[in-house]
Amino acid sequence: MLHIINKSPLGNVSLDSCLRVAKSGEILLIEDAVYAATRGNAFEARISEALGRLKIHVLLPDLEARGLADRLMDGISKVDYGGFVDLVAANKNCQSWL
Amino acid sequence: MSDIKKFLFVNRKPPYGTIYALEALEVVLISAAFDQDVSLAFLDDGVYQLKKGQQTKGIETKNFSPTYRALEGYDVEKLYVEKESLAARGLTEDDLLVDVTVLSSEEMGNLMDQQDVVLSF
Amino acid sequence: MSSIEVNGKTYETDEEGYLVNLSDWNMDVANYIAKTENLTMTDNHWEVVNFLREYYEEYQIAPAVRVLTKAIGKKFGPDKGNSQYLYELFPYGPGKQACKIAGLPKPTGCI
Repeated sequence: MLHIINKSPLGNVSLDSCLRVAKSGEILLIEDAVYAATRGNAFEARISEALGRLKIHVLLPDLEARGLADRLMDGISKVDYGGFVDLVAANKNCQSWL
Repeated sequence: MSDIKKFLFVNRKPPYGTIYALEALEVVLISAAFDQDVSLAFLDDGVYQLKKGQQTKGIETKNFSPTYRALEGYDVEKLYVEKESLAARGLTEDDLLVDVTVLSSEEMGNLMDQQDVVLSF
Repeated sequence: MSSIEVNGKTYETDEEGYLVNLSDWNMDVANYIAKTENLTMTDNHWEVVNFLREYYEEYQIAPAVRVLTKAIGKKFGPDKGNSQYLYELFPYGPGKQACKIAGLPKPTGCI
C-alpha cells in the first residue's frame, strides 16, 4: 500500500498516525510533508526508525520549492511527478492522509 | 504620536502548502502604509518561510521568499524568530534569507505580551 | 479575459489593462500601453519603468508608491525621489500607471 502525506510532521499528526498504523508498504511525502525528510528536524528519529520497515519517498519539486533539496536524509528516495504516478500504479491501493 | 499602535504578525505555517504565509505577507505590506509599529514573529513551521534557496519552478508556484527582503524598504525591520523552532527543524540563523533577531520562547512570549494588536496566521 | 494587440501579436491583459504574463513585456508593448494612458515615453519615464522592472525582479512585488519614491531617491537623487516629480511623469499615479507600462501587476497595497 502507498501512503501519501502532505502535512508537516511538526504541525499536524497525519504522518505520526500513519507511522503508528502502517507496518509495511511505502510512504510518499509531498507538499509540506517533505519537511519530515530533512536532516536535523525533530521528527528525524521517527523517520529513521520507520525506514526499517517502510520505503519512504519524497517529491523532489516540493523539496526544492522549500529550499531543502540539500538536506534530504539518507535512505529516502527522490521522485519527480512521473515517479509519483509510477508509485501509485505500482501499489494495489493508496491512501492520502488529509 | 500617541495613535501609533504596536502590531505583531505571528507566522506559524510553512509556505506553499497553504495560503497563510503569502496572505500574511500581503497583509504586512498593506499595513505598512499605515505608519504603525509593525513586528513580525516566526515560530513553529513559520520559520520555514525564511529558508534560503527556495526554488519553486518545479511546483509552478510563485516564489515569494524574495519579498521578505523588501520589507526593510517598507520600514518593517523588526523580524523575530523563535530559537526553539529553528532548532527543532535543524535550522540556524545562517539558513535564513533576511536578518532577524532570534528570541527564546520566553522572550517571544514577552514580545507578544507587549503588543496592542496580535494577528496570527 | 481582455487583450491588446501590438505589431500583430496579441497579449493577454486583465480587465484593467495590466499584462497577465510578465514575460510578454517588451518596449513596443510598453509604448503601446503608455499611449493608451495618454503618455509619451521619455528617458525619464523609461528610467522609472526600468527601475520598477528591476525592483520586481529582485523582490517579486511591485513597490508601494511611498517605497518606490524612497528607492528612486536613493538611486537617482532627491530631484527624482519625490512624489511631485513622479506624478508629473505619471499623472494617474506612479504605482498604477508606471507598473502597468512596466508590465507588472498592480502594486500590493494599492487599492
